[in-house]
Amino acid sequence: MATEITVGIAGAAGDGLDRTGDTLARTAARLGLHVYTYNSYQSLIRGGHTWLRLRLSEDKIDNHGDHLTVLVALNQDGIERHAREVEAGGAIIFNGARLQCDPVLVPKGVTLVPLPVPDLTAKLGKLLPVMQNTAALGALLHLAGFDLEATAEILLETFKKKGQEIIDQNVGVLRAGYEHAARTVPALGHPWKFSRKRRPVVTGNHMMALGAVAGGCKFYSAYPMSPASFILHWLAAHSEKVGVVVKQCEDELAVVNVAIGAGHAGVRSMCATSGGGFALMSEAIGMAGMLETPVVVVNVQRGGPSTGLPTKSEQGDLNQVFGASQGDYPRVIIAPRDAIDCFHSTVEALNLAESFQLPVTLLSDLLLGEHRSTIDPEDISSEVPIERGEWVTAPSPDEAANGGYKRYALTPSGISPRARPGRAGCIHVSGTDDHDEHGILISDEHTNPAIRRKMHEKRMRKVEGVRARLQPPVLEGPAQADVTLVGWGSTWSVIHEAAEQLTRGGVATNQLHFKYLYPFHDREARAILQGCRRTVVAENNFTGQSARHLRAESGFTVDHVLVRYDGEPFEPAWIAQRVRDFLEGRPVDLQVAEHEAREMAYHYIRIHMHDRARPGRLQPITESAYGEPLWIVELLSRADGRPEGMLVIGRETGSDYGWHPGVPSLLGEAATAAFATSLGGSSLADRAADDTARAPHDRAH
Amino acid sequence: MATTELTVKSLDGPVDPDWCPGCGDFGVLKSIKEAIVELGIAPHEVLIVSGIGCSSNLPGFIHAYGVHSLHGRAVPVATGAALANHALHVIAVGGDGDGYGIGMAHFIHAMRRNLNLTYIVMDNEIYGLTTGQASPTTTEGHKTKSTPRGNVEKPVQPLALALATGATYVARGFSGDQKHLTKLVAGAIAHKGFSLIDVFSPCVTFNKVNTYQFFKERVYKLEDQKGYDASSLMGAMEKALEFGARIPIGLLYSLDKPTYEDTEPVLARGPLVDQPLGLDRKTFEEILAETRDDVALLPRRGRERSRSRKRT
Repeated sequence: MATEITVGIAGAAGDGLDRTGDTLARTAARLGLHVYTYNSYQSLIRGGHTWLRLRLSEDKIDNHGDHLTVLVALNQDGIERHAREVEAGGAIIFNGARLQCDPVLVPKGVTLVPLPVPDLTAKLGKLLPVMQNTAALGALLHLAGFDLEATAEILLETFKKKGQEIIDQNVGVLRAGYEHAARTVPALGHPWKFSRKRRPVVTGNHMMALGAVAGGCKFYSAYPMSPASFILHWLAAHSEKVGVVVKQCEDELAVVNVAIGAGHAGVRSMCATSGGGFALMSEAIGMAGMLETPVVVVNVQRGGPSTGLPTKSEQGDLNQVFGASQGDYPRVIIAPRDAIDCFHSTVEALNLAESFQLPVTLLSDLLLGEHRSTIDPEDISSEVPIERGEWVTAPSPDEAANGGYKRYALTPSGISPRARPGRAGCIHVSGTDDHDEHGILISDEHTNPAIRRKMHEKRMRKVEGVRARLQPPVLEGPAQADVTLVGWGSTWSVIHEAAEQLTRGGVATNQLHFKYLYPFHDREARAILQGCRRTVVAENNFTGQSARHLRAESGFTVDHVLVRYDGEPFEPAWIAQRVRDFLEGRPVDLQVAEHEAREMAYHYIRIHMHDRARPGRLQPITESAYGEPLWIVELLSRADGRPEGMLVIGRETGSDYGWHPGVPSLLGEAATAAFATSLGGSSLADRAADDTARAPHDRAH
Repeated sequence: MATTELTVKSLDGPVDPDWCPGCGDFGVLKSIKEAIVELGIAPHEVLIVSGIGCSSNLPGFIHAYGVHSLHGRAVPVATGAALANHALHVIAVGGDGDGYGIGMAHFIHAMRRNLNLTYIVMDNEIYGLTTGQASPTTTEGHKTKSTPRGNVEKPVQPLALALATGATYVARGFSGDQKHLTKLVAGAIAHKGFSLIDVFSPCVTFNKVNTYQFFKERVYKLEDQKGYDASSLMGAMEKALEFGARIPIGLLYSLDKPTYEDTEPVLARGPLVDQPLGLDRKTFEEILAETRDDVALLPRRGRERSRSRKRT
């Protein structure tokens, strides 16, 4: 097993957490480790909770894993939210002068590393509060067994422009944190073998942009939309260098239509958006199918429906992308599996779009698009195939004698050689009404069922040509397995690790992963799946869209569909546990879990209590007057830690039944149960009146 | 075919127009052909992009490259084609519903960009293809199938919008004065920048209010007005809003200004369609080197608030 460590940095947006994370990631990358970062930012507004995890490993990794080895807590919430997650053998680093860590929160075998930051930095002059992060980073370097000098060098580069004094201060604080930790606690003992290979740190969005220009994209249009905007930013910044015209448009209707206009005129074009923008593009994607104009449309999915979760990931747009636009038309849908695949899939998308003269959709998601990982630079290159398909510059003699160039010639492959506007002798009109071989409309009063049939068949014939070119899915992992995990797109790596975990735990598991969603390898998929013992689809949406797609395309129904739709990505152990639950017949538990009740409490406190409290202990209650089991959440004052009463949350519905000030504290199950029962003593109306009377300014109705 | 002498006849399309006899769009089609002949442009260097509607069938009736696109999307499709190959003469055509209704946003924004495009709107103040509903330019009080008690919405003022948003050639024509229209079309195609011609193009079947007679009684030519100055934005604005007993036609406004294409550095290397594809190894390596130490894990402050896109 490769040596690895996962570091979590928790704090408020504005705590300087990003810079600390950057420095750590760069340190690891310089040492030759692979890096994967996952940032589950709850909020981007200053003060909101931010939670950044960095998984650093000797091996290539493409998900954030299951572990938390070291917690770097930059504020009290950081400790209280995440201290429980640190695993034995790990550590919690925090500024001991400002923060406390209640031992109740700390799992066995976890080392506390409170840093006396003012003492450590007394000699370094007046410091900004954010410098506590640098001290924590120093302590982390010792615990993780990293090289202090590599980080010092990065700080030097970072603060080069700010002058020697700032550099000395930063490096001084880093060293002080390192030395303090080295004096007081042993290192965690990771047996690293540092390759010191320098690697690019990239995102899927980044790789799509680079893949596009390497693959010959000359025109890119977009409307700002998270999480696709980075592609626009990158291409706009590099436009002159790479020779791509980049156009921001007024809306996604314009975006896709200008891309199609550019594609029609003969350049390779691409555009990107997320689900909401893709919905606006639908009609034009069908137009590209009808005009037989190449275009590549990227959908970096986020949580839906509607505005949904702009900063969270989901694989919820498969139905939409598959169902985009009216009528049947040839197209391709590709879902890359990791950052490197984003590069190659974009090249492939451009080639397929031009070779087969159709729209290609690349289906990425926020997780793949925005999260950073190291790649091996040799896995991508400028030497990629550019296949432009069939073109003509003059009509054939046959055509010349028979009404001129046939833009939509009926051919065995369905591909009609293109002529670019501007070529003498190939004048034609491309219409979105159905048309004959010359492009002359056969709609309305000129409707011609015979020509319509053959033209429609010609267009759809291209699908078979595409299918024959695509690599069918293959079973990965043990050939004979108890369970086959089926997934698509960005979840390849996490499902891969889940399968390995299950196999190690005695449940032999393999993996069938789909990258090409349309044309779909229905026969190959069916043949593979029919030979599998138990089949489980894992995907990030509510209804199991790919399981439905699989059933529709291949007639194969999987045994179990495992879905996650809370905005958070899968983790390997999460999948493995759900698979074991399924195998052992345990139903999916949809009750509010303890950590979820705590998150709900944080939300309640923020909205209704002006953030003046924080959740303390939680007590589950089975019987209550609300007709459902409850979580009773103790609320503690942020100012002095004194009890602020109880928050009652329904475990089934997740509804908050309000804050009940005056109840001193959790007094054990019996007393708390009595409290829960007492809540039902009055009618609902009375209770609402009571609550209002008790806390007139803190209830938002 | 390519060697045919350039005449109006040589620009006939493969099929005859299917418009109702007397439709104003015949005059517009003829004017476009005459303008191309007058300017001596080879037909294969012309790309005519339309949306959907009676008038949007025009590309099928002329011997030039054409795209008959979606309802309301003529302008963005034309925009993409013009940026991809700025050696082409790109002309967008369509009706008032197409351009001022469903395509309004594109109309406005294309003018802001001053793209080198010609946009000819065959404005009949009605939805004709769908048999007579109120359009964005239908006059107040006009009873249509969708406004049986009379239209209560104020009509869009396309010329005023064009002037306010940056079009650099703004004209109004009348298909009942086809020779005059030809001059405007030729001027628009020759103009560097975004040119709009709003053409009164009567619908003889579904609009019994804004008829040839209606316009003949009202239109007058700006070029006949002594001292009319087409370089004055405010003067043009006054004429753009004049729609009553007298309605001006002709060139309202014209301005020489760099086009969008002129300001796009990539296009200074020639038409995009002729430029090389892909990256050489050196550029690729340089770009990759940028990523080695540029590890922005979180969005930088300052653009955070704009990250979550709200639709309101």
